[in-house]
Amino acid sequence: MAQPEVLSQAFELGFTYTRSTGPVVGKFLTGLRDRTISGIKASDGRVIVPPMEYDPQTAAALTEFVEVGQQGEIVSWCWVKQPRAAHPIQQPFAWAMIRLDGADVAMIHCVVADAEEQLFTGARVSAVWADETRGYITDIRCFEIAGGQDSE
Amino acid sequence: MKDIAIVAFSQSDCLARAGAANEVELIMPQLRAVFSQVGLNNAQDVDFVCSGSCDYLQGAAFAFVAGVDALGAVPPIKESHVEMDAAWALYESILKIRMGQADSALIYGFGKSSSGELPIVLSQQLDPYYLAPLWVDTVSLAAMQARMLLEKELITERAMAQVVARARMHGRNNPHAQLGGEVSVDELLAAPTFVSPLRESDCAPVADGAAAMIICTPDKAREWGVPYALISGIDHRIETHNLGMRDLTDSVSTRLAAQTAGVSRGPVEVAEVYAPFSHQEIILGRALGLGDETVINPSGGVMVGNLMMASGLSRLGEVFRRIVSGEVSRGVAHATSGPCLQHNLVAVLESA
Repeated sequence: MAQPEVLSQAFELGFTYTRSTGPVVGKFLTGLRDRTISGIKASDGRVIVPPMEYDPQTAAALTEFVEVGQQGEIVSWCWVKQPRAAHPIQQPFAWAMIRLDGADVAMIHCVVADAEEQLFTGARVSAVWADETRGYITDIRCFEIAGGQDSE
Repeated sequence: MKDIAIVAFSQSDCLARAGAANEVELIMPQLRAVFSQVGLNNAQDVDFVCSGSCDYLQGAAFAFVAGVDALGAVPPIKESHVEMDAAWALYESILKIRMGQADSALIYGFGKSSSGELPIVLSQQLDPYYLAPLWVDTVSLAAMQARMLLEKELITERAMAQVVARARMHGRNNPHAQLGGEVSVDELLAAPTFVSPLRESDCAPVADGAAAMIICTPDKAREWGVPYALISGIDHRIETHNLGMRDLTDSVSTRLAAQTAGVSRGPVEVAEVYAPFSHQEIILGRALGLGDETVINPSGGVMVGNLMMASGLSRLGEVFRRIVSGEVSRGVAHATSGPCLQHNLVAVLESA
């Protein structure tokens, strides 16, 4: 049986609405716009970055913000040889779980490096800011392997 | 607690691309198959219907409503939907029966993943502010999980390849499988990494298709006069959406669900687990407390064909088929949802 002709059309998947991000997520994103990174203290005192509105264990509302460093350590990572069109980096790069200095919980972001060999668990990385920051997680354009001498 | 009987199950072939077939066309043959297994005419002959699917696969809000067209819902029927794998539609149906509001239920799940780029579509199920805007895909998240296990020496790449080789071997006997055949562990390990440390073979293939099941009270099953298997325990648990706060080397939620479902109350002859990545099968085997006496994924599992939104239900269906055929008398089925095994359902099935 011949296959009928398949009609297809490009479709952009996305949120077609805006909403207020509230006092916790909003404060974090506003901080990014000002090039600072903040976390929040969980019920057990651990610092969660990015901040969560509620503690996943106790369900308590969290309020105590803590500013954390812009450098951190890779907790785990993977190497993307062939970036997908939607990915934020269009050359081979890494996704990593990064525990920022002063934080106890790792956050996920991308790491730019020249080659997979430069990445390892425990590697120090530092945040690279977008040219224009607008209050989005993408204000951190990526992380890069921190040099021997910290620039800041 | 009322026992629940599974009386019918059917799953489509796992197709890399279903072409022009729409979701209704994927669902209908499976509904027809389960109705005929029980001798029913249509959805009017069951008390409740529940489906599982994901609108993001179709890229349109309320896309699941179109699936109801497969039912012929005139005159009106009692119907519900979960934006989850149909294993959770089964869970809702069980609650409905246990509450005494129904004696029988039809469950179906479907997905046409080939319309989009599945790992990227699934990135939009993540935290909408912190992760979704990065478009971090599900394969990459699983790869970071695998690296944690490898570097902590909780698994080896060889053990991961063994999972794949065994799945493909089992897949040869599964008429619906997309992949199957003999492949050696060394051959698998010789392939380059895809999203390191994962190789392409460590990742379940993307497939289109559907599955359906009919459950009822044991009384109803006897009235219908069909063979059945009993669900003697079922539970599901979820972990935080914050991946940084989870122990990704274990599946705490599976462990909990297994305990309350009563997995260890008897021998587990067969286990069908939903592990879309090879290392996750190892995590799940440990969390479920499975040993050498258990055959894991005799169907090949999702490593030989992964029907998004239906594969969880199919895990129960595979164990059901083996119990009704007399091959085994007790088995465990597992379904998962979310990144890195975030949400897990465990069911114990026994012969009647």
